[in-house]
Amino acid sequence: MIEALDLSKFVERSEPGCAHITLAVEGVGCAGCIRKIEDGLQKLPGIVNARLNFTQRRLAVEWRDSETNAERIVAAIEQIGYRAYPFAPERIAAEDNHETKWLLKCLAVAGFAAMNVMLLSVSIWAGNVSDMMQETRDLFHWLSALIALPAAAYAGHPFFKSAWRAIGARQFNMDVPITVGVILALGLSLYETATHAVHAYFDSAIMLVFFLLCGRYLDRSTRQKTRQFAGNLASSKAEFAHRFGPRGELSRVPASALQRGDCILVQPGEAVPADGLVASGQSEVDQSLVTGETIPQPVEPGMTIYAGAINCSGALTIRVAAAGSSTLLQEIERLLLRATEAKSRTVRLADRAARLYAPIVHLTAAATAVGWLLAGASLHDAIVTAVAVLIITCPCAIALAIPTVQVVAAGRLFRAGIILNSGDAIERLGTADTVIFDKTGTLTLPEGVVDGSSVDPDILERAARLALSSHHPLAAALARCARERIPYAGVIEDCGNGVRGNIEGQEARLGSAPFCGLTRPSSQNKAANSAASTIFFTHAGRVAGIPICQRLRPDAVAVVKALIGRRLDLMILSGDRPNAVEPIARQLGITQWYAGLSPAEKIATIEKLKALGRRVLMIGDGLNDAPALAAATVSLSPITAAQLTQTRADALFLGDYLVPVLDAIALSRRARSLMQENLGLAIIYNALAVPIAVAGLANPLIAAAAMSGSSILVTLNALRGRLGRRPEVHATGVAPTQADEQPAPSKARVTESRPKDRVLESAAAARDRLEYVR
Amino acid sequence: MNVLIYLVPMALLLGLTGLVGFIWTLRTNQYDDLDGAALRILPDDDLESE
Repeated sequence: MIEALDLSKFVERSEPGCAHITLAVEGVGCAGCIRKIEDGLQKLPGIVNARLNFTQRRLAVEWRDSETNAERIVAAIEQIGYRAYPFAPERIAAEDNHETKWLLKCLAVAGFAAMNVMLLSVSIWAGNVSDMMQETRDLFHWLSALIALPAAAYAGHPFFKSAWRAIGARQFNMDVPITVGVILALGLSLYETATHAVHAYFDSAIMLVFFLLCGRYLDRSTRQKTRQFAGNLASSKAEFAHRFGPRGELSRVPASALQRGDCILVQPGEAVPADGLVASGQSEVDQSLVTGETIPQPVEPGMTIYAGAINCSGALTIRVAAAGSSTLLQEIERLLLRATEAKSRTVRLADRAARLYAPIVHLTAAATAVGWLLAGASLHDAIVTAVAVLIITCPCAIALAIPTVQVVAAGRLFRAGIILNSGDAIERLGTADTVIFDKTGTLTLPEGVVDGSSVDPDILERAARLALSSHHPLAAALARCARERIPYAGVIEDCGNGVRGNIEGQEARLGSAPFCGLTRPSSQNKAANSAASTIFFTHAGRVAGIPICQRLRPDAVAVVKALIGRRLDLMILSGDRPNAVEPIARQLGITQWYAGLSPAEKIATIEKLKALGRRVLMIGDGLNDAPALAAATVSLSPITAAQLTQTRADALFLGDYLVPVLDAIALSRRARSLMQENLGLAIIYNALAVPIAVAGLANPLIAAAAMSGSSILVTLNALRGRLGRRPEVHATGVAPTQADEQPAPSKARVTESRPKDRVLESAAAARDRLEYVR
Repeated sequence: MNVLIYLVPMALLLGLTGLVGFIWTLRTNQYDDLDGAALRILPDDDLESE
């Protein structure tokens, strides 16, 4: 069956005859890679331009439509030795990028102005205590005004806009007092300058804008960086579907291009790319990613099937039902949208605080003015003092307190293999006191492993080599332990039953019990390992049942022990059978476990815990975990999780190890305490500075020193988050699992790996790449 | 203090040059691929001997 690859959905056309595509490239690690890819592509006919962005691992290619096409380019990159995945044009990301640049521009202008105004201000302060003449001081004030006014008008724009929007919606956010403070400070200074006064606050106003912009830019760039990485990962995970065309011809299309009503073919061993109804064909599907159930379930025409299930035995034709709302890219798009809109909740908390803070600040300023008037001061003096209060209380350190910690913490989490979906996840992770695990795919690895303790090694080797020719997911696990990695010749796959072939002149079969001539699985084989699925092998009159069981993540035992050591309550909520959950719980030393739970029961358990005042961290990967993840206080998912689940989780972790969970908790706790320290520092600063300002003792020198002093203090404190080591967990101390009693599965993978394997590989590659991405 | 008449504008002009330079680098997307830029100078393919 020859299928055409169809990438047209990803190609952009800006001018006639010229096409453009963005590809996420995997495996780029050095300067040589850049040259190899770019030069290799330039040699192709029709390529106008090829440029690799090393930071983002994205390749932009432009070509003349008449001479080549996207499919050929992807094939060429593969020939050079790299994997490339098409990247959907993102409008949101482009806008986001534009916004980040704008902030950076504002920051540059504010920085330039602040430096120059400060230069003049220092001269004035020095002059005021020595022999500066009034004319010179006026000149310097006017020069400051000349620099500060246009700079503030330009660089203050992000705050003015946001404040205006908030007032329009009859709300208060932090930007309202900022805007009022900056405008009043500038207005007052202008008046003071015109009346030849000694003090002007141009430096305070512009410095305020500069520090605030720093906080805003840091916040935005962190979120942008994690999102870019998540986008690359998503595109490398995007699956392809075999779609029937109008004349019944098959073509390979990205799963995201599927539409409701499309007919698709799912071969044995492939993942179902979209939700739908089975139109024809009979098979068994492994729904472990959907329900947590590890034993394949039979499906027949008319049944609903969910994206992420693995087709085990027969080819299925599926009519797509709801691809639009559940495909990965759409979900990612929604996720991105949410991430763009949702400022982290701590910032929103700051906004809520602003609703209290702003009136208090404005009332204090008003009270100061009235108080001084009543005390007999002139109107001018009263207003000058009130404005000084406003400037001093502007939330400069508060605006830096949280973003700086977030930048540092997100960077460290990123290097530990954790990708944040939501900005306030750090804060919520830090408060978690109960950890709930799903079993399948979370505590255990998504792929099964052979338990060969009861099987003759010689038979196991033959069965494994025979399994190399099968597409069945269980066989893939078996095939991994073949030492001789050459498949037998002339093996026939009997769809839905197994594979058969000749070994040393005698027929050998691998597959279900009836296929191997067993009418009834022998009690010994069935009961020996009730937690496992069994695959049968027969050769030369001998029959063997080979159990395939779930394997714990390599460091699961050590991580669980460390979590208990951190006084966290652990619990397992699984949708799988009790006899599959029990041994795992016992092995890990988790005493509270529940099996056979429906998603609703999982939520009920979590709600009950939350009602008791617990803050629950839920870790799960199945589709059935998605609601529970949303219900929990905070949630984590492995990168192999079902797509819907990933979008529900607050953060994703990469790789085969469970240790990122421990890292996430440890780093977040530290980050949270740093945020609290920072807010405390900011409050102490206000508590010290406000009385001075109210008393009328503040002058521009004190304002500038206090403002920059507190901002620098807060930033330095946040940088402490970079210090300190990661908690260490030694996977070597792991108690032997069922799997570890076996010869370790060979590292080499079957060439015909199933989609889940590919995901794992790309996750591993992504983990490697983390070294390069800061 | 007459020296200020030309010293201050000169200082401002120098600062502005820096600012304009920075905005130019921003406009020409020079911050899009910082890691790549560090690596691209390494290959010697511009030397004639190769």
